[in-house]
Amino acid sequence: MHEVVLRLAGVTKRFGALVANDDISLELRRGEVMALLGENGAGKTTLMNILFGHYVADEGSIEAFGKPLPGGSPKAALAAGICMVHQHFTLADNLSVLDNVILGTEPLWRFRSDRGAAAAKLSALAERFGLTVDPAAPVGSLSVGERQRVEILKALYRDARILILDEPTAVLTPQESERLFSTLKLLTAEGLGVIFISHKMNEVMAASDTVGVLRGGKLVAIRRTAETDRSELAELMIGRTLKAPAVEPMEPAEPVLTLAGVTVRAARGMLDRADLVVRRHQIVGIAGVSGNGQAALADLVSGLGVPDDGRLEVFGKPVVVAGPLEMVKRGVARIPEDRHATGLVGDMAVWENLIAERVRLPEFSRLGFLRRDAARARAREVIKDYDVRCPGPDAVSRLLSGGNMQKLILGRTLSYKPGLILANQPTRGLDVGAVAYVHEQLLAARKAGAGVLLISEDLDELLALADQVAVIHRGRLSPPMPRAAVTICQLGLAMAGHWEELPDVA
Amino acid sequence: MTDILDLLASAAFWTATLRIATPYILGTLGELVCERAGVLNLGIEGIMTLGAMAGWMTVYQGGDLWTGVMVAALAGGMLGLLHALLTVPLGLSQHVTGIGVTLLGTSLSYYVYRMVLPQVSSPPTIEPFQPWAVPVLSEIPVIGQALFNQTPLTYAALAAVGLVAWVLYRTPLGLGVRMVGENPAAAEAQGISVTAVRMGAVVCGSALMAVGGAFLTLSAFNAFFFNMINGRGWICIALVVFASWRPGKALLGAVLFAAFDALQLRLQQIVGPALPYQVFLMLPYVLSILALVLMSRRAAYPRALMIPFRKGERH
Repeated sequence: MHEVVLRLAGVTKRFGALVANDDISLELRRGEVMALLGENGAGKTTLMNILFGHYVADEGSIEAFGKPLPGGSPKAALAAGICMVHQHFTLADNLSVLDNVILGTEPLWRFRSDRGAAAAKLSALAERFGLTVDPAAPVGSLSVGERQRVEILKALYRDARILILDEPTAVLTPQESERLFSTLKLLTAEGLGVIFISHKMNEVMAASDTVGVLRGGKLVAIRRTAETDRSELAELMIGRTLKAPAVEPMEPAEPVLTLAGVTVRAARGMLDRADLVVRRHQIVGIAGVSGNGQAALADLVSGLGVPDDGRLEVFGKPVVVAGPLEMVKRGVARIPEDRHATGLVGDMAVWENLIAERVRLPEFSRLGFLRRDAARARAREVIKDYDVRCPGPDAVSRLLSGGNMQKLILGRTLSYKPGLILANQPTRGLDVGAVAYVHEQLLAARKAGAGVLLISEDLDELLALADQVAVIHRGRLSPPMPRAAVTICQLGLAMAGHWEELPDVA
Repeated sequence: MTDILDLLASAAFWTATLRIATPYILGTLGELVCERAGVLNLGIEGIMTLGAMAGWMTVYQGGDLWTGVMVAALAGGMLGLLHALLTVPLGLSQHVTGIGVTLLGTSLSYYVYRMVLPQVSSPPTIEPFQPWAVPVLSEIPVIGQALFNQTPLTYAALAAVGLVAWVLYRTPLGLGVRMVGENPAAAEAQGISVTAVRMGAVVCGSALMAVGGAFLTLSAFNAFFFNMINGRGWICIALVVFASWRPGKALLGAVLFAAFDALQLRLQQIVGPALPYQVFLMLPYVLSILALVLMSRRAAYPRALMIPFRKGERH
């Protein structure tokens, strides 16, 4: 066994009454990949931020290469050879790759940067680890996978000995993830220690040597990856066993959403002659890397846009004028992609958010006056029926957890027994328990007769729920395929534009 | 029409243009440095006023002209430090703070001036900088005559353009400044102190603005009077946008604006009373707005401009 490069002993961090990290001790060895597994809010990111000096631990100590690491200073962490690739990349879009990489590696007070030498060193590293990227390109022009490569290069450029990756695959296609994992193998072969944080079981199993499982701020177990399995880890992670959602077979009925040769040319994204049918008792999944036209598709169903060309029908009636209220009236439920940006108004109360879609309908307004009592009563109902954990109808929505926000949004629309549901990334960023709840609700709606359009980047989710899956790439929509006919690998390739990999089901 | 063409070909016109442009060049560079680091400095109008007053007062009290420039820069830097303290470590609204700094700088200048000179009707004068012709170069027709017959502060302003460009694009410090203006969290993660870099940039930028103000009292005129900055600071804010936050284009913008200004002065004489003179006064502003519309629609502004950075906060 190799020597220990990083040792955490009794690390505790509190945010007010919340104990984010509770007495955590672990060791990382040279050439080892350790995965930190845990649900959202389990304390993974907090722990890494302590390690990297963004936060100061309240108790406990950290040793890197046998020397104690002073807390609260990214500079000290960098000097000790610890580098971190953040979940949200810390790159400046308007600056070039080279600029981003060399920042902070030279003393500030210098007459000129030695950019020539820097570029040469960068190219050598890129060559050695197969991380090709153009040093002069502005970061803003790179794909997400390329940006991550820049982040890793940045760490290597600083001679990192310990690399921390926070949810590195959250934004990657399966193939890009594969590529990342093979890069990690090269890095550990050179003697680096790697910690990566994840809540995806399959990655942890595929890419790590040891697994640490965090739950509620505590490190509940450390296992050698080879000596454990997915179900044990899942149990450790959520503290109980969880059943996979059971999808009853059902006969699709009449169409609720029809797109025929729909083309959209909009700033938010484009659709190119898309054909799609969603029927009652059916979930149709749309797989794709975000930014390939999902926004345009979602806008159509939300009533935020109309086709530039082609035919859009909801419940058999054509849609000609855009308008969210019109869609709500027709019985379309909308679960927006980003609950913070478009789902809820964070600074307004729960009851205000609950009636937001229907505030102009007689149910909640009379003669231009708000029917506040009716609205509050409605809020209490939804809070009870959908198990939204919050102090009451007047609570500020911003303070709810992600899972409870999503329950609120589900309650807002699903309680009206909609015939068509647009679920756009309905489980993004939720923990396992909340994900299961959302899935249950969508399946219940399907059983009750709704058609669901499920847009997701999570292929496991699509293959678990959807009756049919179509792939979207650069605005083009593939023909829908029955779930049983495709594999994750085929979908992944199709998401990257390799259509020929899809089974021919037309 | 031929009148105007003759005018545009004359050395005197371009000499005047460069002279008028000088405070804009310095002010725009100063604002540009602040904004590149992510701090909007609406204190510019007050800082320029204070620079104009402090520089003039130093010379009036018997100081050397260059000492005047230094004192102006120092006074501007101090006011910049106030703006930086409020907006960077405390993270207050940059708009509101900036307007406060402008009000403070302007009134402080008038107050000090009146304290020292309570009972003067016509403003007292000093002996300002004189044009210094660069040997040989100033003999070149038109271009040389215009470029190399200026006062030292104009040469300094032109040199400052090159210096700021060099620092921003060729030194590690400049990269640090640009990075804290684009993505402070990234800079912090690379071990750079966002607070220190932002504060330093605001102080230096403010010193540049103040020297721009001092040019008016030490070089262009020889006295200090109220309202002498007269909105020049606000023009600089617009010129930064026009320049897309690039020093070279800032120089271009300042010269362009000054040329319009010089042109309207001459046009007033050529056209005479046929048109009210206010129309001519409007000209540089109207043309500037047009230029702004044409040139800056796709400007890539610093991403973190006006966004306070608090270390260790969950983002």
